[in-house]
Amino acid sequence: MEHIDLSLVDWSRAQFALTAMYHWVFVPLTLGLSFIIAFMESIYVKTGDEKWKKTTRFWMKLFGINFAIGVATGIILEFEFGTNWSNYSWFVGDIFGAPLAIEGIMAFFMESTFIAVMFFGWDKVSKKFHLTATWLTAIGANISALWILVANAWMQNPVGMQFNPDTARMEMVNFWDVLYSPSAISKFIHTTTSGFVLAAVFVIGISSWFLLKKRHQLMAKRSMLVSSVFGIIASITLIVSGDSSARDIAKYQPVKFAAMEALYEGKTQAPLVAIGLIGKLNYDSITKDTKDDFLIKIEIPNMLSYLAFMDPNAFVPGIKDLVLGNEDYNILSVIEKIKRGYVAQQSLKLYKETEKTDKVLHEALKAKFTDSQWLNTYFRYFGYGSYYDDDSKIMESNAFKVVPPVSLTFYAFHLMVILGGHFLLLFLIVLYLVVINRIEKYKIVLYTALWTIPLVYIASQSGWIVAEVGRQPWVIQDLMTTMNAVSKIDSSSVIITFILFAVLFTGLLIAELGIMIKQIKIGPKDGGH
Amino acid sequence: MFETLSHLALQQYWWLLVSLLGALLVFLMFVQGGQTLIYTIGKSEVERAMLVNTLGRKWEFTFTTLVTFGGAFFASFPLFYSTSFGGAYWVWMIILFAFVIQAVSYEFRSRPNNLFGSKTYEIFLFVNGLIGTILIGVAVATFFTGANFYINEMNQSHWATSLHGLEALLNLHNLTLGLTIFFLARVLGLLYFINSIDDDVLYDRSVKHLFYNAIPFVVLFLIFVVWLLLRDGFAVNNETMMVYMEPFKYWHNLLSMPIVFISLFVGVIGVLYGIVVALIRKSTNGIWFSGIGTVLTVLSLFLLAGFNNTSFYPSYADMQSSLTIENSSSSKFTLTVMSYVSLLIPFVVGYIYYAWRAINKRKIDRDEMESKEIHIY
Ligand code: HDD
Ligand code: HEM
Ligand code: HEM
Repeated sequence: MEHIDLSLVDWSRAQFALTAMYHWVFVPLTLGLSFIIAFMESIYVKTGDEKWKKTTRFWMKLFGINFAIGVATGIILEFEFGTNWSNYSWFVGDIFGAPLAIEGIMAFFMESTFIAVMFFGWDKVSKKFHLTATWLTAIGANISALWILVANAWMQNPVGMQFNPDTARMEMVNFWDVLYSPSAISKFIHTTTSGFVLAAVFVIGISSWFLLKKRHQLMAKRSMLVSSVFGIIASITLIVSGDSSARDIAKYQPVKFAAMEALYEGKTQAPLVAIGLIGKLNYDSITKDTKDDFLIKIEIPNMLSYLAFMDPNAFVPGIKDLVLGNEDYNILSVIEKIKRGYVAQQSLKLYKETEKTDKVLHEALKAKFTDSQWLNTYFRYFGYGSYYDDDSKIMESNAFKVVPPVSLTFYAFHLMVILGGHFLLLFLIVLYLVVINRIEKYKIVLYTALWTIPLVYIASQSGWIVAEVGRQPWVIQDLMTTMNAVSKIDSSSVIITFILFAVLFTGLLIAELGIMIKQIKIGPKDGGH
Repeated sequence: MFETLSHLALQQYWWLLVSLLGALLVFLMFVQGGQTLIYTIGKSEVERAMLVNTLGRKWEFTFTTLVTFGGAFFASFPLFYSTSFGGAYWVWMIILFAFVIQAVSYEFRSRPNNLFGSKTYEIFLFVNGLIGTILIGVAVATFFTGANFYINEMNQSHWATSLHGLEALLNLHNLTLGLTIFFLARVLGLLYFINSIDDDVLYDRSVKHLFYNAIPFVVLFLIFVVWLLLRDGFAVNNETMMVYMEPFKYWHNLLSMPIVFISLFVGVIGVLYGIVVALIRKSTNGIWFSGIGTVLTVLSLFLLAGFNNTSFYPSYADMQSSLTIENSSSSKFTLTVMSYVSLLIPFVVGYIYYAWRAINKRKIDRDEMESKEIHIY
C-alpha cells in the first residue's frame, strides 16, 4: 500500500463530516417545511381566508432564512468530492458524477426559479400560479434530495457498474440498476420523510411557544393541526422505511449491521437490544478476545433476527463471525477477502505493466476483468487488497480494521430509533388535543413540544452517523477504502480549510439562529415581509 | 438516438454543453460585478437597498449555474474534476469561500438581529464580486496556459507544487483574464442596473461608471486575446495521441473552425455594441447585446481550448499527462445517459424565462423599497 499520511485522511474526513453535518442542519427543514407551506397556501387559495395567507407567509419567511444557509453549505460539499477526495472522484466519477449533474439540471434550477416566484411574486402573479410555484419549490427541493441520495446509496451498495482496467475506474453499465437499487429507494424515502418529521416538530414546537405566550393563538393551532397530521403520516413512513433500510444493511453491509447492535457473537433467534449501555467505549481496535460489554440492556427476544431477515429463527452474524469467518454459515474470513482483493489489485498492476511489454499476458489479464466468475471470486473484494501485508501477523490485525467504531454507531442508531417513537407519540397527542380544542390547557405538552425541537435535530444527525460512520473504513463498500480515496495534498492545507469552515459556518449558524428567533418573536404581524 | 453517436461525438457534445454553461456563468456574473459597485453607485440607504434588491432577484441563478457547471464537469470529464479540484486546491477553495459568504448575505443583510450588522454582509457581497470573478478568470485561463500536475497509469493525479493552485496567480497571462472578467462583470452589472432600476440618480451614476469600467475591460480583453492567438498551444497528434507544442495553435484553431471564428467575432461586436448604445444612445437594452455577446465570446474561447486536437487542461509539469476531451471523459454509456437528461435543458430555460417574465414586469423603484407587501432583502 502506498504511504498515505494518516492525519491527512483524518482531517479530510473531519472536514467532510463537518460540512456535511452543517448542510444537514438546514436541508431537512427545507424538505419538510416547503410541503407544510404548500399545504397551508392550498388551504388559503381554497378558502380565501386571509388568516391562512398570513400563516403561510410567516412560515415562508422562516423558510427563506433557512434556505439561504442551506444553499451556502451545499456548494462546498459538491466541490469537496474533487478537492478532498480526488482519487475517489476518478474511481467512481463515471457513476457518481451523473446524479450530481442531473440534480443541478433537474432540481436546483426548479427550486431556485420557483422560490423566487414564491417570495417576490405575491402581488405580481395570479393566486393559482403562485400556489403552483410553491408546490414546485417543494417538489424541486425533494428532487434535489433524490439524486444525491441515489449517489450515497450507491456508495453503500454499489450496483450497475463494471470495472474498466484501461481507465482504472468503475463504469456505469445500467442506469436503472443504480436508480432503483433497493438501498436507494429506502434511503430516499427514509431521508425525505425524516425531513418531514423534523419540519413538523419544528412547526409544532414554535406554535407551542406562541400558545405558551398566548400570542397568535389561531395561527398556532392551525399550524399545529396541519403539521401534526403531516407528522403522523411522515413518521409512520419513516419507521417503515427505516426498518427496510435496516434490512438492506443486514444484507449488503453486515458489519455495519452488527455494529449498530454491538453484536460481537453471531446468534440464531437473536434478540434486539432496545435500550443498552455499553461499558467500555471501545474505539481501540477489536481483537479475537473482545466480548460485548453491556452494563445494562433491555432485550426483545428474537426481534433482531426478525428485523434483519423477516424470520425469528434466522442467524445474525456478529462482528467476530464476519471478521474471522464462520464456515457453518458460509461466511468468508476477512483475511481470505484480503488475499483475494490483493490478487485483483495485483492483476490490475500487472495488466498495466504488461501493456507495452507482453501482449499475450496483457490480453489474458484483460479477459479476467470480464470473466464473471473471476470477478465474483476476486474482484468483488478489490478494496480489501489494500490491507494486504507480507507479514501474516500484521494482516491478521489489519483484518479488524474493517470494523467501524462500534459504540458510536450503536448509540447513534438507538437514539434515532427511540426518538422516532417519541415523535410519533407527540404528534398523536398534539393532534388529539388540537382537535378537541384543549391544547392550551396542557402546558406540559406544550413545553415538551418546544423541547423536542433540538431532539429532532439530534435524531436526524444521528441517522447520518449510523450511515456514514457505520460504513467505515469504506467509501465504496468493499471496493475502495477511505484511505485510498483522499486527495494527496499536505494535511496542513486541509487543517487550515477545516478551521476556516468551522469558524465561518459556526458564525453563520449563530447569525441564522439570531435572525430566526427574532423573526419568531416579531411573529406574523408585519404583513409577511 | 444518442446511442448511435460515437464516443467522440458525445465527448464533443458534452464539451459544448459544459462550455455553454461556462459561458452563461460568465454572463450571469453581472451579479458579482454589480456587488462590487453597491457603494460606488448607491450613496444612501435606499439607493443601496434598490441595488441589492435588483441583484438579489438574480443571484440564485448565477449560483445555481456555478453548481451545475461543476456537476456537469464532474459527470462528463471526471478526470478534470479530480485533477484540477484536488490539485489546485487553494484556488478552488478560495472561490468556494467567496460563494458561501454570498449565499447568506442577501437574506441576512436587512434582517434585524443579524449578528454581524448589514455592513458586514455588504462587504461579503463585495468580496464575492472581487474574488469570485478574478479567480474564476484565472482558473479558466489555465485551460490555455496549463497547470502543474502529472497523472499516473491508474489515472491518479499529483500536483507538482505545494502552492496548490496559487501558482496560477503568478502567471501574467492568467491574471489578464482574471481582471478582464472582473471588469466585464462590472460592465454587465452596470448595464443591468440601467436596465432594471427606474431611478434617475442611479441611472446617471451607472452610465458614468460604465464608461470608467469599459475602458480597462476593452484594453485587458485585447491584451488577453492577442496574446492567446500569438502563443504556443498544447496540440495533440490524433494518431499517436502525443501532446506537443504548436506555435500559434489557437490562431490555427480559429482558422480551422470558421464557425467559432464567426461566433467570437459576433460576440465581441455584441459586447461592444451593448456598451456603446448604453453610453451614446441612452438605451436601456445594452445588457441584452452585451450579454449575448459575452455568451458567444466565452463559448468560443472554451471551444478553442477543447476542440481541434487541443488539450483543454494541459500540464506543463509533464506534457503527456495533459487532459483532452478524449482521455478525461466519462464512459460512452454515462455520456449517453446524460445526453438524454440534457434534453431537459430547453424545458428548464423555458420555465425560467416564463417565471421571470411574470415577476419582472415592474422595474425596481424607491416606492417598492418602502412598501411592506413584498419580500425585500
Ligand atoms: C428525524 C430523524 C430520524 C428518525 C426519527 C429515524 N431516522 Fe433513521 N435516519 C435518518 C433520520 C431518522 C436520516 C438522517 O435520514 C438517515 C441518515 C442516512 C439515511 O439514509 O437516513 C437515517 C438512517 C438510518 C439507517 C441507516 C441507513 C444507512 O446506513 O444507509 C437506518 C438503518 C435507519 N435510519 C433506521 C431507522 C429506524 C428503524 C427508525 C425507527 C424509528 C429511524 N431510523 C428513525
Ligand atoms: C454530500 C453530498 C451533498 C452535496 C454534494 C450537496 C450539494 C448541494 C448544493 C451544491 C446545494 C446548493 C444548490 C443551489 O445552488 O441551490 C445543495 C442544496 C440542497 N441540498 Fe444538498 N448536497 C449534499 C447532500 C444533501 C442531502 C443528503 C440532501 C437531502 C437529503 C440534500 C438536499 C438539498 C436540498 C433540499 C438543497 C436545497 C437548499 C437547502 O439546502 O435548503 N443535500 N446541496
Ligand atoms: C447531508 C447529510 C450527511 C451527513 C450528515 C454525513 C455525515 C458524514 C460523517 C459524519 C462522515 C464522517 C465519517 C467518519 O469520518 O467516520 C461522513 C463522511 C463522508 N460522507 Fe457523509 N454524510 C452526509 C451525506 C453524504 C452524502 C449524500 C454523501 C455522498 C453522496 C456522503 C459521502 C461521504 C464521504 C465521501 C465521506 C468521507 C469519507 C469518510 O470519512 O467516510 N455523505 N459523512
